[in-house]
Amino acid sequence: MIEFLAHAAAEDDDEHEDEEDLPAWSLPKTAADRISIDNPLPERVDKEWALGGATGKGVKVCILDSGVEFGHPLVGDLAGAVAITLDEDGDPVAEEDTEGDLCGHGTACAGVVRSIAPEAEIYSVRVLGAGFSGSGPVLLAGLRWAVSQGYDVVNMSLSTTKRQFGEVLHELADNAYFRGTMLVASAHNMPVESYPWRFSSVLSVGSHEEDDPLLYFANPDPPVEFFARGVDVEVAWIGGESITATGNSFATPCISGITALVLSKHPGLTPFQVKTVLYLTSANVGGSR
Amino acid sequence: MTDGAGRFESAVAAGVLASEEQFARLLRSIVEVARAIFGAKASSVFLFDTEADELVFAAVAGDEEQHLVGRRMPSSKGIAGWVLSSRTPLVLDDVQKDPRHARDVAASTGYVPKGMMAVPLLDDEEVLGVLQVLDRPQRSRFSLQEMDLLGMFANQAAIALSLLMSARRARQALEGAGDTAAVAKLAAAVEALEGARRESATSLISDLARVLGP
Repeated sequence: MIEFLAHAAAEDDDEHEDEEDLPAWSLPKTAADRISIDNPLPERVDKEWALGGATGKGVKVCILDSGVEFGHPLVGDLAGAVAITLDEDGDPVAEEDTEGDLCGHGTACAGVVRSIAPEAEIYSVRVLGAGFSGSGPVLLAGLRWAVSQGYDVVNMSLSTTKRQFGEVLHELADNAYFRGTMLVASAHNMPVESYPWRFSSVLSVGSHEEDDPLLYFANPDPPVEFFARGVDVEVAWIGGESITATGNSFATPCISGITALVLSKHPGLTPFQVKTVLYLTSANVGGSR
Repeated sequence: MTDGAGRFESAVAAGVLASEEQFARLLRSIVEVARAIFGAKASSVFLFDTEADELVFAAVAGDEEQHLVGRRMPSSKGIAGWVLSSRTPLVLDDVQKDPRHARDVAASTGYVPKGMMAVPLLDDEEVLGVLQVLDRPQRSRFSLQEMDLLGMFANQAAIALSLLMSARRARQALEGAGDTAAVAKLAAAVEALEGARRESATSLISDLARVLGP
């Protein structure tokens, strides 16, 4: 067992407590010169600047899903894999995953990320398999785990319609945003309320019908913020296989992979800056098609 | 059963509560329409049994596999399990390449499809089950319009299912134990009486109502 995850609230970010020189809640006159920030973005942000030549090296991408098949040729080595389950008291625990993928979906998402960002470090956090009734608490615990691990990108090609989980998911999503973890969440394919993709602290992704995995569009009419390749995509599947799949589930890891490229070329960008870069380089804004 | 009890039951059934037959007809209609919309080879629906935490194979259209209705599978495994848990539709081709899926599906449907669309049946924040459409014609690439249609049809089916499931639960409550059932049995018993005995019983109940009333 790696760690108990029983606490319900999103944990506070304690890291900043040590940095006593930095003002947290207000800005005294004398402190203004101490918070000078170098603007990492050039005057003109284009796709070549954003991700040209990038491989995803050094970027940690977490696949929060059904698990990832070990040794799949289209995924390669995993940097780590845990499964979130519930103990006898119904509390979530994170353990090393020995089962791999219970469905195929997580392997598919990992394969899409790998195809775009070949040198990214891919981690699997499995949130399927604890039975249906446990699926909500396990999803929350999985996301909490992923945020606490400091992954740079968390791919969530899933959502919940349960309103009772919405508030905690919102806290977790905001917490990830402030800690510098980019949550990339799949928009629902159906006209229903679900979470966390609707939150503005995540990158939400729907599908377009083109074949180019590096082609993305910014949506001028959110809550869905970006469109990426999600129709008839060749994806990895269990048994070392690959199949053809359609759904926002598969558009989402395209954006996760592209985010990994941007972060590998420009480490330290915040989720806010990543979103800005993706917006500025979208095909319908300033990017080249 | 007397005519009186029959009248009570039929009045209840006609006015308020759906029958098992209606429920089966609705499920059958959902899978048949789903198959027709997409010109698919088959369609099936799994309902989620919350108590057993299992998916129950509830209806199928397109193949001679009616005897498989009632089979069960774990709720959090396989493609249907993922669609249920993630509440997200999936459209997959070449699924027969998935050895685990092929085995599971063959066991539950007797037939391994090449392509499948699976969509959750969502009623507000609850998920009632999973609708599958198997082997639509491979005439062209899949379109987002088809995905929208799948979602819209699944929503409509889920609304109808939800209404009938509520009525079904109410009827099961009436037929089973508990306060509601006791009242229903009393009403049925009074319905079954005739002449003076019925008048006495009605009078007794009226007196009881007066004593218990405000």
